[in-house]
Amino acid sequence: MNHESAPDPATHRQDPVPDLAAQDASRGRSMALAIGDRRRGRPVPSLDDPVFHISDLDVWYADHQAVRDVTLTIGRRQITAMIGPSGCGKSTVIRCLNRMNDLIPGARVTGKVVYYGENLYDTEVDPIEVRRRIGMVFQKPNPFPKSIYDNIAYGPRVNGMKGNLDDLVEEALTGAALWDEVKGKLKANALALSGGQQQRLCIARAIAVRPEVILMDEPCSALDPIATARIEDLMAKLASEFTIVIVTHNMQQAARISDYTAFFTADVDSEGVRHGRLVEYDTTEKIFENPADPRTEGYITGRFG
Amino acid sequence: MSPPPRTAAPDPAARRSLHRARPRYGERVIQALLLLAALVSVATTAGIVISLIPPTAEFFGRVDVGEFIGGTEWTALFTKPEYGVLPLLGATLLITVIALLVAIPVGLGAAIYLSEYASTRVRKVLKPALEVLAGVPTVVYGFFALSFVTPLLQEHWPFGEGPDFNNALSAGLVMGVMIIPTIASLSEDAMAAVPDALRDGAYALGSGKRVVSVRVVVPAALSGIVAACVLGVSRAIGETMIVAIASGNRATLSFNPLDAMQTMTGFIAQAGSGDIPVRSFEYKTIFAVGALLFVITFVMNMISIRLVRKYREVYE
Repeated sequence: MNHESAPDPATHRQDPVPDLAAQDASRGRSMALAIGDRRRGRPVPSLDDPVFHISDLDVWYADHQAVRDVTLTIGRRQITAMIGPSGCGKSTVIRCLNRMNDLIPGARVTGKVVYYGENLYDTEVDPIEVRRRIGMVFQKPNPFPKSIYDNIAYGPRVNGMKGNLDDLVEEALTGAALWDEVKGKLKANALALSGGQQQRLCIARAIAVRPEVILMDEPCSALDPIATARIEDLMAKLASEFTIVIVTHNMQQAARISDYTAFFTADVDSEGVRHGRLVEYDTTEKIFENPADPRTEGYITGRFG
Repeated sequence: MSPPPRTAAPDPAARRSLHRARPRYGERVIQALLLLAALVSVATTAGIVISLIPPTAEFFGRVDVGEFIGGTEWTALFTKPEYGVLPLLGATLLITVIALLVAIPVGLGAAIYLSEYASTRVRKVLKPALEVLAGVPTVVYGFFALSFVTPLLQEHWPFGEGPDFNNALSAGLVMGVMIIPTIASLSEDAMAAVPDALRDGAYALGSGKRVVSVRVVVPAALSGIVAACVLGVSRAIGETMIVAIASGNRATLSFNPLDAMQTMTGFIAQAGSGDIPVRSFEYKTIFAVGALLFVITFVMNMISIRLVRKYREVYE
């Protein structure tokens, strides 16, 4: 991506208050510099080869509709960031992609989530098989209270995967950039690791079952900046092999790592009911430098949310 | 409208001192009463130990410890007394093992069902119902064993000669049923305390419910489950009424659960409710057996506490 040719964000802002405009301009510029920093110059994948095609997705928790009318296409080996203020439904949407919402009592999903041509919400679809193919990493690192080795070996074991378990464990830990730090203490309890290491262990655990997609629900929100940077690096590396969807509260992070960005917001309808909505979905560059919707612009420049 | 002036300095004379205006006696009385409440159980335990020591010491002044622990004949109340505690100890262990063979699988199964499978509504009904079982007086269980389970066993015994009128098997089975709620309820508490994040992590790797329960939740709750089982063992060892009624008053060293036998608690109940003179030597035997019982349950409880502590911080 060529930053030099990117239009100066300042010229696009029609802010009535000159002071704010100046601030925005400097903000926008520093943001522009950050866009794609960790993408390592990968070409932006095209949406012609979709992994997910979400259409008219509505999600209810009991009587409350949490998300309305989301339509979104996610391409292969693409890093997609979902951003937006609290309560905008981004976590709800990501949990629809591997049917984790099934585990919440009272959750109901309508609409379609088509994954390689198959609707995940068809009655014949087995959610367990879905989750084996579409892995997930959570907000708070959640290693099992077992050894590092057993954490990684858990998935291959329960899925009856063939092959040498030791090799699989090494491969997954190497893939998650954790092998060098833990190779001497594979039998140690995973909970003795630092938070950042635990999160990389959770990523290793997810990739050990060789999924096609990795979903990450705010994977760095419990980590310090150094640990965050390592995970972001790792994501760029993993994108050569996996399709990644990440929910993040950190806009800089979305700008740095993602190819596409979906901006969600919490709307209030005419009856005063709050619900999440997808506002805008485009390449990360477009969203951060030239958003089509004023709400997106307002959010990324920090004026609301 | 101009805002009111902020915090004008108060007139020093009008300011109340920060010193306590009057002593708070009520506070101290409450504190003393609460301390007393906390001390009652400690004091009782201490009292039991102290009252056990002198008669036990007197007993071992006449009977060799080796003879007590190693002897295979217990005829303490007979004219030619023998003081080998093994028949009582053996009966206690045999009945405890039978009880645990019933209570651990059933209790753990119930706990897994309640914690992992049951809907909130079912759990809300089932768990209290299960706990009611723990409130049934043990004398009721005892008669249930004697007048219902034993005849049932005698009638339907498939191989050879059936159990005696008094037997260890029916006492053990019914005791197992009695312990189920303890094990189920405490194990369920431990499993419910396992963070959902662990379950989510396991589900996200493509595990089904059974795998999540058995390979993630049960291991994570193991300390609580083990503690529940140890508590079950303690209850089984200390249980008196069921064995006194259903397993008989004859101290026999046998590992055949169809035989009548007497446990340590059974002996204490029999001797204690009989007409043994308080100053007699027979009377001292009660305390010797009681001391042994106390030591065993004490050790079991220590193990339980140790286990809970060891695994307590496994997840956070």
